[in-house]
Amino acid sequence: MIYLSQIVNGIGLGMLYFLLAVGLSIIFGLLHFVNFAHGAFYLLGAYLCYALLQHGIDFWWAITLAGLIVAAFAALVEAGLLRRIYRLDHMYHIVATIGLALMIQEFVIIVWGPVGASVSTPPALVGVVMLGNFIYPEYRIFVVGFTAVLALVLWWLLEGTRLGAIVRAGSESSDSISLLGYDIKRINTAVFALGAGLAALAGGLATPIRGLDPFMGVEALAIAFVVVVIGGMGSFTGALIAGLLVGIVQSLMATIWPEGASLAVYIAMVVVVLVMPRGLLGRA
Amino acid sequence: MSASLEIEEIHSYYGKSHILQGVSLTVEAGEVVTLLGRNGAGKTTTLRSISGLVSPTEGTVRLAGIDITGAQPHVIARRGLGLVLENRGIFGLLSVEENLKIAVRKGSPWTLNDVYLRFPRLKERRRNGGATLSGGEQQMLAIARALLNDPKLLMLDEPVEGLAPIIVEEIVEQISEIRASGIPILLVEQNLAVCNELADRHYIIELGRVVYHGTREEFSSNNDIKDRYLSVGA
Ligand SMILES: Nc1ncnc2c1ncn2[C@@H]1O[C@H](COP(=O)(O)OP(=O)(O)O)[C@@H](O)[C@H]1O
Ligand SMILES: [Mg+2]
Repeated sequence: MIYLSQIVNGIGLGMLYFLLAVGLSIIFGLLHFVNFAHGAFYLLGAYLCYALLQHGIDFWWAITLAGLIVAAFAALVEAGLLRRIYRLDHMYHIVATIGLALMIQEFVIIVWGPVGASVSTPPALVGVVMLGNFIYPEYRIFVVGFTAVLALVLWWLLEGTRLGAIVRAGSESSDSISLLGYDIKRINTAVFALGAGLAALAGGLATPIRGLDPFMGVEALAIAFVVVVIGGMGSFTGALIAGLLVGIVQSLMATIWPEGASLAVYIAMVVVVLVMPRGLLGRA
Repeated sequence: MSASLEIEEIHSYYGKSHILQGVSLTVEAGEVVTLLGRNGAGKTTTLRSISGLVSPTEGTVRLAGIDITGAQPHVIARRGLGLVLENRGIFGLLSVEENLKIAVRKGSPWTLNDVYLRFPRLKERRRNGGATLSGGEQQMLAIARALLNDPKLLMLDEPVEGLAPIIVEEIVEQISEIRASGIPILLVEQNLAVCNELADRHYIIELGRVVYHGTREEFSSNNDIKDRYLSVGA
């Protein structure tokens, strides 16, 4: 029974990981760009949400605004800086985005200090639900439901709309899509902003569960990469399955062998990569 | 009335290599014009320079009298220039229908149904992924897609290369119908029979320069030119 409860926990965690990683995966799929600043967007989202809450804004507005502000910031960074280096080797992407991530992290430390903080659960969701014999926080149930709805909307956006088809087309050939009259640079900026905004939203949603500290971005980046590598670069469904897998493995290990929780996640990644080098659902 | 397409003395580079060294040509309303030349002569680079995928460093490109030199490809495309790339540029991850739908332009006289009537094979395969199509089907899809984008002028880069004779006939037939519908065409092609069947005028390009220009009649009676520049002796 304890395992069942940990699996439910893992699903909640896994959906947050999905939200965090899907942007990284889509950005890689479309732009072939390795974004080490992705965790920093998650960090910034969490702190902006915290700051907005401090100013008396309610939780729903706080996470929404945090997502939008980070998306706008990411659009500026993409258009002003990153698009200039897409053509260069991945090494340059990594160096530039690590630099950006460190700047964001320092900014957070300067403004909010090096010590973390905690965020209280939104009043509407402080209750608990009984799952069999287990007490389960309402907020976690909400996170699962909310991210599931968001995942559906995103999936529809990418697979079911003309806009999504254009984005998928652009990831295959930017020449062909521009020959049909689409401005590939604007598409790139929009997708980058979307990915960053989703990471920020994940950061905001995570704060009532894990609190916040200036180094949470580093941890998030590592998890996001594990999820993307397991799921397959550029794959939406892959990110969903891998996010859930990583979340569940981590939660189960937390009861079985807490010290090995992170290790187990990396072992899962190594096993997947050895068996399926492109990840579960990656394409060539 | 200005020419549909007019390029004057354009120069283009890939990095430091000076590829186009002053290419000029025109396509008048209603015409099919071919651009011939050996492999590596600069035919594809000419089309890329017109469409904005490569920016010419000198010279001018005018589409229906409007200077489009150095504009971005999507801007040029919206002004009515269609280009079907040598590799066809089909989106393999999209279905045939998605490939077509993203090309539909508001106000275009062409609808999805029109192109399905014209290319029934595409209709049969509309749910299939672009990557599963044969070479001939990919070429049809690429042409259909370009039509939906409402071109004022269409450029085709070796549309029948590597296709079986029966498919070649079908594509040639389609190209003449497109011309009959009033869209002028700039065609790059190595297959001389195809060129002779379709073109009103020919240009031959060699090492990034136009070395010959003539009408269909002049060209077909001039074997010397074919021997010298096309290495086909046909
Ligand atoms: N992307 C590129 N980078 C460098 N050189 C290129 C590139 N594409 C083509 N070239 C060179 O430009 C010249 C003209 O090529 P191209 O226009 O493709 O010829 P064609 O289409 O007539 O066969 C060739 O010498 C080719 O090697
Ligand atoms: Mg060529």
